[in-house]
Amino acid sequence: MKILVAVKRVIDYNVQIRVKEDGSGVVTDNVKMSTNPPDDNAIEEAVKIKEAGKAKEIVAITIGEEKAQETVRKALAVGADRGIHVKVDNVIEPLAVSKILKKIVEKENPDLVFMGKQAIDDDCNQTGQMLAALLNWPQATFASKIEVKDNALEVTREIDEGLETIEVNVPAIVTCDLRLNEPRYASLPNIMKAKKKPIEQINASDLGVDIIPRIEQIKVEEPPKRKAGIKVASVEELVQKLKNEAKVI
Amino acid sequence: MSVLLIAEHNNKEVRPFTYNAITAASQINEDLHVLVLGHQADDVAKSLSEVPNVKKVIHINNEIYENYIAENYTSAIIKHAENYSHIVSSANTFGKNLMPRIAALLDTSQVSDIIKVISEDTFLRPIYAGNAFATVKSNDKKKCVTIRPTSFDPADKSGGSAEITKSDPAEASSSTKFLKKEEVKSDRPELGTARIVISGGRGMQNGENFKLISDIADKLNAAIGASRAAVDAGYITNDHQVGQTGKVVVPDLYIAVGISGAIQHLAGMKESKVIVAINKDGEAPIFSVADYGLEADLFEALPQFLSELNKLNTIQK
Repeated sequence: MKILVAVKRVIDYNVQIRVKEDGSGVVTDNVKMSTNPPDDNAIEEAVKIKEAGKAKEIVAITIGEEKAQETVRKALAVGADRGIHVKVDNVIEPLAVSKILKKIVEKENPDLVFMGKQAIDDDCNQTGQMLAALLNWPQATFASKIEVKDNALEVTREIDEGLETIEVNVPAIVTCDLRLNEPRYASLPNIMKAKKKPIEQINASDLGVDIIPRIEQIKVEEPPKRKAGIKVASVEELVQKLKNEAKVI
Repeated sequence: MSVLLIAEHNNKEVRPFTYNAITAASQINEDLHVLVLGHQADDVAKSLSEVPNVKKVIHINNEIYENYIAENYTSAIIKHAENYSHIVSSANTFGKNLMPRIAALLDTSQVSDIIKVISEDTFLRPIYAGNAFATVKSNDKKKCVTIRPTSFDPADKSGGSAEITKSDPAEASSSTKFLKKEEVKSDRPELGTARIVISGGRGMQNGENFKLISDIADKLNAAIGASRAAVDAGYITNDHQVGQTGKVVVPDLYIAVGISGAIQHLAGMKESKVIVAINKDGEAPIFSVADYGLEADLFEALPQFLSELNKLNTIQK
Protein backbone atom coordinates (compact mmCIF):
# COMPACT_ATOMS: atom_id res chain seq x y z
CA MET A 1 0.00 0.00 0.00
CA LYS A 2 0.99 3.56 -0.57
CA ILE A 3 -0.06 6.32 1.83
CA LEU A 4 -0.18 10.03 1.05
CA VAL A 5 -0.13 12.23 4.15
CA ALA A 6 -1.06 15.90 3.96
CA VAL A 7 0.51 18.28 6.50
CA LYS A 8 -0.02 22.00 7.10
CA ARG A 9 2.24 24.62 8.60
CA VAL A 10 0.41 26.69 11.23
CA ILE A 11 1.16 29.03 14.10
CA ASP A 12 2.41 26.85 16.96
CA TYR A 13 -0.36 25.78 19.32
CA ASN A 14 1.35 27.39 22.31
CA VAL A 15 1.60 30.86 20.79
CA GLN A 16 -0.77 33.52 22.10
CA ILE A 17 -2.50 34.85 18.98
CA ARG A 18 -2.40 38.60 18.36
CA VAL A 19 -4.86 40.29 16.04
CA LYS A 20 -3.44 42.94 13.68
CA GLU A 21 -4.55 46.47 14.47
CA ASP A 22 -5.87 47.07 10.97
CA GLY A 23 -8.22 44.07 11.25
CA SER A 24 -6.67 42.30 8.27
CA GLY A 25 -5.71 39.12 10.10
CA VAL A 26 -3.45 37.86 12.86
CA VAL A 27 0.23 38.58 13.37
CA THR A 28 2.39 35.88 11.77
CA ASP A 29 5.73 37.69 11.44
CA ASN A 30 8.38 36.36 13.82
CA VAL A 31 5.91 33.92 15.30
CA LYS A 32 6.85 30.30 15.96
CA MET A 33 5.34 27.97 13.36
CA SER A 34 4.98 24.18 13.49
CA THR A 35 3.11 21.30 11.95
CA ASN A 36 -0.63 21.32 12.65
CA PRO A 37 -0.89 18.94 15.69
CA PRO A 38 -3.30 16.28 14.32
CA ASP A 39 -1.22 16.17 11.10
CA ASP A 40 1.59 14.81 13.30
CA ASN A 41 -0.80 12.01 14.31
CA ALA A 42 -1.49 11.35 10.62
CA ILE A 43 2.22 10.95 9.83
CA GLU A 44 2.78 8.80 12.92
CA GLU A 45 -0.05 6.45 11.94
CA ALA A 46 1.28 6.07 8.40
CA VAL A 47 4.74 5.27 9.76
CA LYS A 48 3.30 2.69 12.18
CA ILE A 49 1.42 1.00 9.35
CA LYS A 50 4.60 0.89 7.28
CA GLU A 51 6.58 -0.49 10.23
CA ALA A 52 3.96 -3.23 10.57
CA GLY A 53 4.75 -4.22 6.98
CA LYS A 54 1.38 -3.12 5.64
CA ALA A 55 2.53 -0.12 3.59
CA LYS A 56 5.43 0.21 1.17
CA GLU A 57 5.72 3.93 0.71
CA ILE A 58 4.74 7.13 2.52
CA VAL A 59 4.60 10.41 0.63
CA ALA A 60 4.22 13.62 2.65
CA ILE A 61 2.68 16.63 0.96
CA THR A 62 2.20 20.23 1.97
CA ILE A 63 0.68 23.21 0.21
CA GLY A 64 1.93 26.67 1.05
CA GLU A 65 4.70 29.24 0.81
CA GLU A 66 8.39 28.34 0.58
CA LYS A 67 8.78 27.75 4.32
CA ALA A 68 5.92 25.25 4.40
CA GLN A 69 8.55 22.74 3.28
CA GLU A 70 9.70 22.55 6.91
CA THR A 71 6.63 20.47 7.72
CA VAL A 72 7.43 18.02 4.92
CA ARG A 73 11.05 17.86 6.11
CA LYS A 74 9.80 17.00 9.61
CA ALA A 75 7.55 14.27 8.19
CA LEU A 76 10.55 12.86 6.32
CA ALA A 77 12.52 12.84 9.57
CA VAL A 78 9.91 10.70 11.34
CA GLY A 79 9.60 8.19 8.51
CA ALA A 80 8.02 9.47 5.30
CA ASP A 81 9.98 8.37 2.21
CA ARG A 82 9.68 11.41 0.00
CA GLY A 83 7.94 14.74 -0.11
CA ILE A 84 5.91 17.02 -2.34
CA HIS A 85 5.61 20.75 -1.88
CA VAL A 86 2.90 22.54 -3.84
CA LYS A 87 3.76 26.22 -3.85
CA VAL A 88 1.09 28.86 -3.38
CA ASP A 89 1.77 32.44 -2.38
CA ASN A 90 -1.49 33.33 -0.68
CA VAL A 91 -3.75 31.68 1.83
CA ILE A 92 -6.13 29.32 0.05
CA GLU A 93 -9.39 27.78 1.20
CA PRO A 94 -10.00 24.10 2.02
CA LEU A 95 -11.95 23.68 -1.24
CA ALA A 96 -8.89 24.81 -3.22
CA VAL A 97 -6.61 22.63 -1.10
CA SER A 98 -8.76 19.60 -1.80
CA LYS A 99 -8.73 20.34 -5.55
CA ILE A 100 -4.93 20.48 -5.49
CA LEU A 101 -4.75 17.26 -3.46
CA LYS A 102 -7.08 15.57 -5.93
CA LYS A 103 -4.62 16.36 -8.77
CA ILE A 104 -1.76 14.93 -6.72
CA VAL A 105 -3.78 11.81 -5.85
CA GLU A 106 -4.49 11.23 -9.54
CA LYS A 107 -0.77 11.44 -10.24
CA GLU A 108 0.49 9.42 -7.26
CA ASN A 109 -2.31 6.84 -6.98
CA PRO A 110 -2.09 6.26 -3.22
CA ASP A 111 -4.34 3.70 -1.55
CA LEU A 112 -4.88 5.91 1.48
CA VAL A 113 -4.76 9.62 2.20
CA PHE A 114 -4.27 10.66 5.83
CA MET A 115 -4.43 14.14 7.34
CA GLY A 116 -5.38 15.87 10.59
CA LYS A 117 -9.07 16.34 11.22
CA GLN A 118 -8.80 20.10 11.54
CA ALA A 119 -6.16 22.81 11.22
CA ILE A 120 -5.80 24.85 14.38
CA ASP A 121 -5.48 28.16 12.49
CA ASP A 122 -8.71 28.47 10.47
CA ASP A 123 -10.49 25.69 12.45
CA CYS A 124 -12.41 24.75 9.29
CA ASN A 125 -12.43 20.94 9.53
CA GLN A 126 -13.22 20.48 5.82
CA THR A 127 -10.32 19.35 3.65
CA GLY A 128 -10.42 15.57 4.16
CA GLN A 129 -14.17 15.34 3.63
CA MET A 130 -13.97 17.58 0.54
CA LEU A 131 -11.18 15.52 -0.99
CA ALA A 132 -13.16 12.33 -0.35
CA ALA A 133 -16.15 13.89 -2.13
CA LEU A 134 -14.12 15.05 -5.14
CA LEU A 135 -12.52 11.62 -5.52
CA ASN A 136 -15.76 9.79 -4.70
CA TRP A 137 -13.85 7.84 -2.05
CA PRO A 138 -15.19 6.81 1.36
CA GLN A 139 -14.25 9.00 4.32
CA ALA A 140 -13.42 8.06 7.90
CA THR A 141 -13.18 11.26 9.90
CA PHE A 142 -11.98 11.95 13.48
CA ALA A 143 -10.20 8.59 13.69
CA SER A 144 -8.95 7.45 17.09
CA LYS A 145 -8.11 3.88 16.01
CA ILE A 146 -7.28 2.37 12.63
CA GLU A 147 -7.07 -1.33 11.87
CA VAL A 148 -5.76 -2.32 8.45
CA LYS A 149 -7.59 -5.27 6.88
CA ASP A 150 -7.49 -6.73 3.38
CA ASN A 151 -8.46 -3.86 1.08
CA ALA A 152 -10.35 -2.16 3.89
CA LEU A 153 -9.85 -0.23 7.11
CA GLU A 154 -11.77 -0.57 10.33
CA VAL A 155 -11.82 2.89 11.84
CA THR A 156 -13.04 3.99 15.27
CA ARG A 157 -14.26 7.57 15.17
CA GLU A 158 -14.66 10.05 18.00
CA ILE A 159 -18.18 11.46 17.89
CA ASP A 160 -20.20 13.60 20.29
CA GLU A 161 -22.04 10.64 21.78
CA GLY A 162 -18.93 8.47 22.24
CA LEU A 163 -17.30 6.23 19.66
CA GLU A 164 -18.43 4.87 16.31
CA THR A 165 -16.76 2.14 14.29
CA ILE A 166 -17.06 1.96 10.52
CA GLU A 167 -15.41 -0.04 7.77
CA VAL A 168 -14.25 1.73 4.64
CA ASN A 169 -12.96 0.09 1.48
CA VAL A 170 -9.58 1.15 0.13
CA PRO A 171 -8.92 3.65 -1.42
CA ALA A 172 -10.09 5.89 1.40
CA ILE A 173 -9.49 9.17 3.18
CA VAL A 174 -8.86 9.20 6.93
CA THR A 175 -8.80 12.35 9.06
CA CYS A 176 -6.97 11.82 12.32
CA ASP A 177 -7.90 12.80 15.85
CA LEU A 178 -5.37 13.59 18.54
CA ARG A 179 -5.85 10.33 20.40
CA LEU A 180 -5.00 8.12 17.42
CA ASN A 181 -1.41 7.71 18.63
CA GLU A 182 1.50 9.43 20.33
CA PRO A 183 3.61 11.16 17.65
CA ARG A 184 7.31 10.34 17.99
CA TYR A 185 10.16 12.80 17.99
CA ALA A 186 12.65 12.62 15.16
CA SER A 187 16.10 11.42 16.21
CA LEU A 188 19.12 13.48 15.20
CA PRO A 189 20.43 10.83 12.74
CA ASN A 190 17.00 10.68 11.15
CA ILE A 191 16.84 14.46 10.87
CA MET A 192 20.21 14.32 9.06
CA LYS A 193 19.00 11.52 6.79
CA ALA A 194 15.79 13.42 6.02
CA LYS A 195 17.85 16.23 4.52
CA LYS A 196 18.84 13.86 1.72
CA LYS A 197 15.31 12.66 0.97
CA PRO A 198 13.78 14.26 -2.12
CA ILE A 199 11.07 16.94 -2.04
CA GLU A 200 9.43 17.57 -5.39
CA GLN A 201 8.31 21.15 -5.93
CA ILE A 202 5.22 21.93 -7.96
CA ASN A 203 3.66 25.30 -8.65
CA ALA A 204 -0.05 25.32 -7.89
CA SER A 205 -0.57 27.41 -11.02
CA ASP A 206 0.74 24.51 -13.14
CA LEU A 207 -1.97 22.15 -11.88
CA GLY A 208 -4.81 23.91 -13.68
CA VAL A 209 -7.18 24.15 -10.73
CA ASP A 210 -9.27 27.09 -9.57
CA ILE A 211 -7.85 28.25 -6.25
CA ILE A 212 -9.30 31.75 -6.16
CA PRO A 213 -10.92 32.39 -2.75
CA ARG A 214 -14.71 32.39 -2.66
CA ILE A 215 -14.93 33.80 0.83
CA GLU A 216 -13.98 37.40 1.58
CA GLN A 217 -12.48 38.04 4.96
CA ILE A 218 -13.99 41.39 5.82
CA LYS A 219 -12.31 41.86 9.16
CA VAL A 220 -10.59 40.03 11.97
CA GLU A 221 -11.04 41.32 15.49
CA GLU A 222 -10.28 40.36 19.04
CA PRO A 223 -13.06 38.54 20.84
CA PRO A 224 -14.73 40.51 23.64
CA LYS A 225 -12.59 40.35 26.76
CA ARG A 226 -13.90 38.92 30.00
CA LYS A 227 -14.05 41.23 32.97
CA ALA A 228 -11.30 40.48 35.47
CA GLY A 229 -12.48 38.15 38.20
CA ILE A 230 -11.55 37.86 41.85
CA LYS A 231 -9.76 35.32 44.00
CA VAL A 232 -11.77 33.95 46.88
CA ALA A 233 -10.11 32.92 50.12
CA SER A 234 -12.11 29.83 50.95
CA VAL A 235 -14.64 27.31 49.72
CA GLU A 236 -17.28 28.90 51.99
CA GLU A 237 -16.74 32.27 50.32
CA LEU A 238 -16.91 30.66 46.88
CA VAL A 239 -20.25 29.02 47.59
CA GLN A 240 -21.65 32.25 49.09
CA LYS A 241 -20.56 34.23 45.99
CA LEU A 242 -22.09 31.68 43.63
CA LYS A 243 -25.32 31.68 45.60
CA ASN A 244 -25.76 35.37 46.42
CA GLU A 245 -23.70 37.35 43.91
CA ALA A 246 -23.63 35.29 40.69
CA LYS A 247 -26.92 33.56 41.60
CA VAL A 248 -26.07 30.47 39.58
CA ILE A 249 -26.66 27.79 42.23
CA MET B 1 -34.09 31.98 -1.48
CA SER B 2 -34.81 29.14 0.91
CA VAL B 3 -32.68 27.40 3.50
CA LEU B 4 -32.39 23.63 3.86
CA LEU B 5 -31.37 22.40 7.30
CA ILE B 6 -30.19 18.83 7.77
CA ALA B 7 -31.72 17.44 10.97
CA GLU B 8 -29.70 15.44 13.47
CA HIS B 9 -31.67 12.76 15.31
CA ASN B 10 -31.51 9.16 16.49
CA ASN B 11 -34.56 8.03 14.46
CA LYS B 12 -36.76 8.46 17.55
CA GLU B 13 -35.95 11.94 18.82
CA VAL B 14 -34.53 15.14 17.44
CA ARG B 15 -31.04 15.75 18.83
CA PRO B 16 -31.20 18.99 20.86
CA PHE B 17 -28.67 20.99 18.81
CA THR B 18 -30.95 20.78 15.79
CA TYR B 19 -33.21 23.33 17.55
CA ASN B 20 -30.30 25.76 18.02
CA ALA B 21 -29.38 25.35 14.36
CA ILE B 22 -33.01 26.08 13.41
CA THR B 23 -32.77 29.45 15.18
CA ALA B 24 -29.67 30.41 13.20
CA ALA B 25 -31.05 29.05 9.93
CA SER B 26 -34.24 31.07 10.20
CA GLN B 27 -32.14 34.19 10.81
CA ILE B 28 -30.51 33.56 7.41
CA ASN B 29 -33.91 33.26 5.72
CA GLU B 30 -37.37 32.66 7.10
CA ASP B 31 -38.27 30.15 4.41
CA LEU B 32 -36.66 27.29 6.29
CA HIS B 33 -37.12 23.67 5.24
CA VAL B 34 -35.80 20.73 7.24
CA LEU B 35 -34.61 17.47 5.72
CA VAL B 36 -35.02 14.33 7.83
CA LEU B 37 -33.03 11.37 6.55
CA GLY B 38 -33.71 8.37 8.74
CA HIS B 39 -35.06 4.91 9.19
CA GLN B 40 -38.58 4.84 10.62
CA ALA B 41 -38.06 8.33 11.93
CA ASP B 42 -41.67 9.46 11.54
CA ASP B 43 -41.71 10.85 15.08
CA VAL B 44 -38.71 13.00 14.25
CA ALA B 45 -40.38 14.43 11.14
CA LYS B 46 -43.54 15.09 13.16
CA SER B 47 -41.68 16.86 15.98
CA LEU B 48 -39.88 19.09 13.51
CA SER B 49 -43.12 19.95 11.70
CA GLU B 50 -44.36 21.39 15.00
CA VAL B 51 -41.49 23.87 15.26
CA PRO B 52 -42.98 27.28 14.37
CA ASN B 53 -39.82 28.39 12.52
CA VAL B 54 -39.99 25.41 10.16
CA LYS B 55 -42.02 25.95 6.96
CA LYS B 56 -41.70 22.49 5.47
CA VAL B 57 -40.28 19.08 6.41
CA ILE B 58 -38.94 16.71 3.78
CA HIS B 59 -38.81 13.16 5.08
CA ILE B 60 -36.88 10.38 3.40
CA ASN B 61 -37.28 6.99 4.99
CA ASN B 62 -34.85 4.18 4.22
CA GLU B 63 -32.68 1.77 6.18
CA ILE B 64 -29.57 3.24 4.54
CA TYR B 65 -30.17 6.34 6.68
CA GLU B 66 -30.35 4.51 9.99
CA ASN B 67 -26.81 5.65 10.82
CA TYR B 68 -24.96 8.74 9.75
CA ILE B 69 -23.03 7.49 6.79
CA ALA B 70 -21.90 10.79 5.24
CA GLU B 71 -21.69 9.21 1.78
CA ASN B 72 -25.35 8.12 1.87
CA TYR B 73 -26.58 11.37 3.36
CA THR B 74 -24.69 13.41 0.77
CA SER B 75 -26.17 11.75 -2.30
CA ALA B 76 -29.70 12.42 -0.99
CA ILE B 77 -28.97 16.02 -0.02
CA ILE B 78 -27.38 16.84 -3.37
CA LYS B 79 -30.60 15.76 -5.11
CA HIS B 80 -32.53 18.39 -3.15
CA ALA B 81 -29.87 21.11 -3.12
CA GLU B 82 -30.88 22.88 -6.34
CA ASN B 83 -33.99 24.37 -4.73
CA TYR B 84 -32.04 26.10 -1.99
CA SER B 85 -29.69 29.03 -1.55
CA HIS B 86 -28.24 27.68 1.72
CA ILE B 87 -27.58 24.19 3.08
CA VAL B 88 -26.98 24.28 6.83
CA SER B 89 -26.40 21.97 9.79
CA SER B 90 -25.02 22.18 13.30
CA ALA B 91 -21.24 22.30 13.68
CA ASN B 92 -20.90 19.24 15.90
CA THR B 93 -19.36 15.94 14.84
CA PHE B 94 -22.51 15.22 12.79
CA GLY B 95 -22.36 18.38 10.68
CA LYS B 96 -18.57 18.60 10.62
CA ASN B 97 -18.38 15.15 9.07
CA LEU B 98 -21.17 15.73 6.58
CA MET B 99 -21.24 19.31 5.31
CA PRO B 100 -17.81 19.55 3.56
CA ARG B 101 -18.71 16.50 1.48
CA ILE B 102 -21.82 18.30 0.27
CA ALA B 103 -20.01 21.62 -0.25
CA ALA B 104 -17.27 20.07 -2.40
CA LEU B 105 -19.81 18.43 -4.72
CA LEU B 106 -21.66 21.75 -5.04
CA ASP B 107 -18.31 23.49 -5.68
CA THR B 108 -18.93 25.77 -2.72
CA SER B 109 -16.46 27.05 -0.17
CA GLN B 110 -18.02 26.15 3.18
CA VAL B 111 -18.36 28.62 6.05
CA SER B 112 -17.72 26.56 9.20
CA ASP B 113 -18.87 27.06 12.75
CA ILE B 114 -20.62 30.43 12.58
CA ILE B 115 -21.49 32.20 15.85
CA LYS B 116 -23.56 35.04 14.35
CA VAL B 117 -25.63 35.66 11.23
CA ILE B 118 -24.90 39.18 9.96
CA SER B 119 -26.78 38.85 6.67
CA GLU B 120 -27.66 36.16 4.15
CA ASP B 121 -24.06 36.00 2.96
CA THR B 122 -22.04 37.40 5.87
CA PHE B 123 -21.25 35.61 9.10
CA LEU B 124 -19.08 35.85 12.19
CA ARG B 125 -16.90 32.85 13.04
CA PRO B 126 -14.13 32.16 15.53
CA ILE B 127 -10.65 31.28 14.26
CA TYR B 128 -7.45 30.32 16.10
CA ALA B 129 -9.35 28.55 18.89
CA GLY B 130 -11.57 31.56 19.42
CA ASN B 131 -8.64 33.94 19.94
CA ALA B 132 -9.87 35.95 16.97
CA PHE B 133 -13.27 36.49 15.38
CA ALA B 134 -13.48 36.76 11.59
CA THR B 135 -16.31 38.44 9.70
CA VAL B 136 -16.57 36.58 6.40
CA LYS B 137 -18.69 37.05 3.29
CA SER B 138 -19.42 34.09 1.06
CA ASN B 139 -19.44 34.90 -2.65
CA ASP B 140 -20.60 31.46 -3.73
CA LYS B 141 -24.05 31.28 -5.29
CA LYS B 142 -25.04 28.38 -3.09
CA LYS B 143 -23.81 28.51 0.48
CA CYS B 144 -22.94 25.67 2.84
CA VAL B 145 -22.83 26.77 6.46
CA THR B 146 -22.36 24.98 9.77
CA ILE B 147 -23.63 26.57 12.96
CA ARG B 148 -22.05 26.55 16.40
CA PRO B 149 -25.13 25.45 18.32
CA THR B 150 -24.18 26.95 21.69
CA SER B 151 -24.11 30.44 20.14
CA PHE B 152 -27.84 30.37 19.38
CA ASP B 153 -30.84 29.74 21.63
CA PRO B 154 -32.93 26.67 20.82
CA ALA B 155 -36.05 27.38 18.76
CA ASP B 156 -39.54 26.94 20.21
CA LYS B 157 -40.64 23.35 19.76
CA SER B 158 -44.40 23.61 19.50
CA GLY B 159 -47.16 25.62 17.92
CA GLY B 160 -46.26 25.09 14.27
CA SER B 161 -47.80 22.77 11.71
CA ALA B 162 -45.51 22.56 8.70
CA GLU B 163 -46.33 20.27 5.82
CA ILE B 164 -44.40 16.97 5.74
CA THR B 165 -43.55 15.72 2.27
CA LYS B 166 -42.05 12.33 1.54
CA SER B 167 -39.22 11.91 -0.88
CA ASP B 168 -37.23 9.04 -2.36
CA PRO B 169 -33.87 7.78 -1.17
CA ALA B 170 -30.76 8.25 -3.29
CA GLU B 171 -28.12 5.63 -4.01
CA ALA B 172 -26.22 4.09 -1.08
CA SER B 173 -22.45 3.79 -0.90
CA SER B 174 -21.07 0.28 -1.07
CA SER B 175 -17.65 1.36 0.23
CA THR B 176 -18.63 2.40 3.73
CA LYS B 177 -20.21 0.14 6.30
CA PHE B 178 -21.45 1.03 9.77
CA LEU B 179 -20.22 -1.51 12.33
CA LYS B 180 -21.13 -0.22 15.79
CA LYS B 181 -21.66 2.74 18.05
CA GLU B 182 -20.51 2.82 21.67
CA GLU B 183 -22.71 5.43 23.16
CA VAL B 184 -21.99 6.55 26.69
CA LYS B 185 -25.28 6.44 28.56
CA SER B 186 -25.71 8.83 31.42
CA ASP B 187 -28.54 10.18 33.53
CA ARG B 188 -26.77 13.51 33.72
CA PRO B 189 -27.59 16.45 31.44
CA GLU B 190 -25.81 16.51 28.08
CA LEU B 191 -22.49 18.31 28.19
CA GLY B 192 -23.38 20.58 25.27
CA THR B 193 -26.62 21.86 26.77
CA ALA B 194 -26.15 21.56 30.56
CA ARG B 195 -26.78 24.63 32.71
CA ILE B 196 -23.81 23.75 34.91
CA VAL B 197 -20.61 21.96 33.86
CA ILE B 198 -17.87 20.79 36.21
CA SER B 199 -14.64 19.70 34.51
CA GLY B 200 -11.49 17.98 35.71
CA GLY B 201 -8.00 18.19 34.30
CA ARG B 202 -4.62 16.57 34.72
CA GLY B 203 -4.66 17.71 38.35
CA MET B 204 -7.21 14.97 39.08
CA GLN B 205 -4.26 12.54 38.85
CA ASN B 206 -6.36 9.49 37.93
CA GLY B 207 -9.76 8.30 36.80
CA GLU B 208 -10.93 7.22 40.28
CA ASN B 209 -10.53 10.75 41.58
CA PHE B 210 -13.18 11.91 39.11
CA LYS B 211 -15.60 10.57 41.76
CA LEU B 212 -14.97 13.86 43.59
CA ILE B 213 -16.25 15.65 40.48
CA SER B 214 -19.20 13.34 39.87
CA ASP B 215 -20.41 13.71 43.48
CA ILE B 216 -20.64 17.46 42.97
CA ALA B 217 -22.16 17.02 39.49
CA ASP B 218 -24.90 14.89 41.07
CA LYS B 219 -25.58 17.56 43.67
CA LEU B 220 -25.74 20.39 41.11
CA ASN B 221 -27.38 18.38 38.32
CA ALA B 222 -24.31 19.27 36.25
CA ALA B 223 -22.65 17.66 33.26
CA ILE B 224 -19.06 16.43 33.58
CA GLY B 225 -16.35 17.80 31.34
CA ALA B 226 -12.61 17.27 31.06
CA SER B 227 -9.51 18.83 29.59
CA ARG B 228 -7.70 17.17 26.71
CA ALA B 229 -4.90 16.25 29.12
CA ALA B 230 -7.32 14.27 31.30
CA VAL B 231 -8.79 12.47 28.29
CA ASP B 232 -5.38 11.74 26.76
CA ALA B 233 -4.25 10.32 30.11
CA GLY B 234 -7.24 7.97 30.06
CA TYR B 235 -8.93 9.36 33.20
CA ILE B 236 -12.23 9.79 31.33
CA THR B 237 -13.73 9.07 27.89
CA ASN B 238 -13.42 11.38 24.87
CA ASP B 239 -17.07 12.43 24.83
CA HIS B 240 -16.32 14.58 27.92
CA GLN B 241 -13.58 16.65 26.28
CA VAL B 242 -14.11 20.42 26.25
CA GLY B 243 -11.92 22.51 23.96
CA GLN B 244 -10.89 23.47 20.45
CA THR B 245 -10.86 19.85 19.30
CA GLY B 246 -13.59 18.68 21.68
CA LYS B 247 -16.90 20.26 22.60
CA VAL B 248 -17.72 23.92 23.00
CA VAL B 249 -19.87 24.61 26.04
CA VAL B 250 -21.58 27.81 27.19
CA PRO B 251 -23.20 26.95 30.53
CA ASP B 252 -24.39 29.43 33.16
CA LEU B 253 -21.70 28.04 35.46
CA TYR B 254 -18.45 26.33 34.46
CA ILE B 255 -16.26 24.93 37.23
CA ALA B 256 -12.69 24.06 36.14
CA VAL B 257 -10.89 21.83 38.62
CA GLY B 258 -7.21 21.02 38.30
CA ILE B 259 -7.16 22.49 34.80
CA SER B 260 -4.27 24.80 33.97
CA GLY B 261 -6.12 26.51 31.13
CA ALA B 262 -4.26 25.77 27.90
CA ILE B 263 -5.38 27.87 24.91
CA GLN B 264 -7.12 24.90 23.39
CA HIS B 265 -9.19 24.26 26.54
CA LEU B 266 -10.17 27.91 26.95
CA ALA B 267 -11.51 27.78 23.38
CA GLY B 268 -14.20 25.39 24.55
CA MET B 269 -15.46 27.17 27.67
CA LYS B 270 -14.50 30.82 27.91
CA GLU B 271 -17.90 32.05 26.72
CA SER B 272 -19.51 30.50 29.82
CA LYS B 273 -21.49 33.02 31.87
CA VAL B 274 -19.74 32.40 35.19
CA ILE B 275 -16.40 30.61 35.44
CA VAL B 276 -14.92 29.15 38.61
CA ALA B 277 -11.34 27.88 38.72
CA ILE B 278 -9.96 25.68 41.47
CA ASN B 279 -6.24 25.14 41.12
CA LYS B 280 -3.29 24.99 43.50
CA ASP B 281 -1.05 26.88 41.07
CA GLY B 282 -1.95 30.54 41.54
CA GLU B 283 -0.23 31.42 38.26
CA ALA B 284 -2.29 29.00 36.15
CA PRO B 285 -3.74 30.73 33.05
CA ILE B 286 -7.23 29.47 33.90
CA PHE B 287 -7.41 32.20 36.58
CA SER B 288 -7.23 34.86 33.86
CA VAL B 289 -10.70 33.89 32.59
CA ALA B 290 -12.23 32.94 35.96
CA ASP B 291 -14.82 35.13 37.67
CA TYR B 292 -14.05 33.35 40.93
CA GLY B 293 -10.67 31.75 41.48
CA LEU B 294 -9.83 29.53 44.42
CA GLU B 295 -6.16 28.77 44.89
CA ALA B 296 -6.34 25.47 46.76
CA ASP B 297 -5.55 21.78 46.69
CA LEU B 298 -8.50 20.25 44.89
CA PHE B 299 -8.40 17.14 47.08
CA GLU B 300 -9.25 19.33 50.07
CA ALA B 301 -11.42 21.85 48.25
CA LEU B 302 -13.80 19.44 46.46
CA PRO B 303 -15.02 17.58 49.59
CA GLN B 304 -15.49 20.96 51.33
CA PHE B 305 -17.34 22.27 48.29
CA LEU B 306 -19.71 19.30 48.42
CA SER B 307 -20.35 19.75 52.13
CA GLU B 308 -21.01 23.49 51.68
CA LEU B 309 -23.46 22.68 48.88
CA ASN B 310 -25.18 20.18 51.15
CA LYS B 311 -25.72 22.98 53.68
CA LEU B 312 -27.72 25.04 51.17
CA ASN B 313 -31.44 24.38 51.42
CA THR B 314 -32.16 25.13 47.82
CA ILE B 315 -30.18 24.43 44.72
CA GLN B 316 -31.56 25.50 41.35
CA LYS B 317 -32.13 22.63 39.01
